[in-house]
Amino acid sequence: MKVSYYPGCSLHATGKEYDLSVKAVCSALGIELKEVEDWSCCGASSAHMTNFKLSVALPARNLIAAEKEPGDMMVPCAACFNRFKSAQHHLREDAALKTKIEEIVGGKFQDTVKVRNPIDIFFSDIGIDALAGKVKKNLTGLKPVSYYGCLLLRPPEICEFDNHEQPVMMDKLMGALGAEPRNWSCKTDCCGGSLTLGKTEIVTRLVGKLMTMAREAGANCLVTACPVCFANLDTRASGEGTLPSFYFTEIMALALGLEGPESWFKMHNTDPRPLLKSLNLLP
Amino acid sequence: MATFLEEVNERIKGVPIQACYHCRKCTAGCPVAFAMEYNPNKVIKMIQMGMRDEVLNSSTIWLCASCETCITRCPNEVDIARMMDVLREMAIESKIPPREKKIAKFHEAFLSSIKSGGRINEPMMIVNYKLKSRDYFSDMGMGLSMFMKGKIKLLSPRTKDIKSVKAIFEATSK
Repeated sequence: MKVSYYPGCSLHATGKEYDLSVKAVCSALGIELKEVEDWSCCGASSAHMTNFKLSVALPARNLIAAEKEPGDMMVPCAACFNRFKSAQHHLREDAALKTKIEEIVGGKFQDTVKVRNPIDIFFSDIGIDALAGKVKKNLTGLKPVSYYGCLLLRPPEICEFDNHEQPVMMDKLMGALGAEPRNWSCKTDCCGGSLTLGKTEIVTRLVGKLMTMAREAGANCLVTACPVCFANLDTRASGEGTLPSFYFTEIMALALGLEGPESWFKMHNTDPRPLLKSLNLLP
Repeated sequence: MATFLEEVNERIKGVPIQACYHCRKCTAGCPVAFAMEYNPNKVIKMIQMGMRDEVLNSSTIWLCASCETCITRCPNEVDIARMMDVLREMAIESKIPPREKKIAKFHEAFLSSIKSGGRINEPMMIVNYKLKSRDYFSDMGMGLSMFMKGKIKLLSPRTKDIKSVKAIFEATSK
């Protein structure tokens, strides 16, 4: 299958290993990615927190660019995913706003692009069985908790993703790879997101709670699909009980026996290699 | 002249906030309520009582992390997350000095980075934030470590048609 690809800003910087692992996994699963031409930032939290029209116009510019090739647009970053889904919602619901935004952006919003996160594409289009059939290295002993965070799921009418209080797609993907996902009650809790720079102590507290709850659930790592969540989990936890975190695609690439995972793990702040070596998942 | 309540409702364009019957589900589920000056449901009551200055000067409107748990769980579909966005916009338009200065400076640095390059260059955005917030020294070690690991670069590809991005900023600024 062929899909448009919107990496977003984080995947070119602090979330570099997410970009590299998404591309590696897609290539192995026969998904061809075509990057949206001359994309720009979606505006993220800062736009919608301070200027509503800007928060619709910035995603609209990219949606209109992607509409040159109608179909699915893969958006790995949970924050970008949320902004695109939200912009589409407002453009569909408010005709006057749509006219205004089209005038500002200089193009027509056709609504011909389906915004999708790779979790959904791998789960729904590739399928758990097909994925399990491609596993080269069973991830026995890896006990992740799936951390979905906020922006893939809420509000559910806009995100149209998994069950918003008890999502399971990422857990099932992990299970198909031979890992032993642990159930826990913080799947959809907030990490504090973009408060990480302006109000670090809030994020430190929220991440500390997530780490404690993950350990209590018997996990030895966390998996996520959001570069903001990942950065907070990877850098804002402290102390001996800190568990390593992964992008779910890094774990997939490891199980599929692809090139690259070890070089991505080196970029993490909380080094996951000792855990993986102890489980014989890395040489 | 419209009341504070009418003005907020007009901007939210959804369920009028007076539909709230104060079950406090929003506050119970709010991950940052512990740090807020006024809990989310209290802000609704204050708006109804016309306490414009207290609300727009509060830390609450800046601390909301937009996790959207409140609107997801509200039995009356009051869009509290959108309400917080609206209140922040109103505070900015009224030139009220933000109670959480560093958070406001972060948003400024973030948006000015998009305006100048079309995409966020994370290291440059953070330097810009540090200069604006005068918070020079926190996280320096981490920044250096990310740089050494090749995660962040000083130069990164920009949007070529930067004029189209700048035009969006011009047209949406008040």
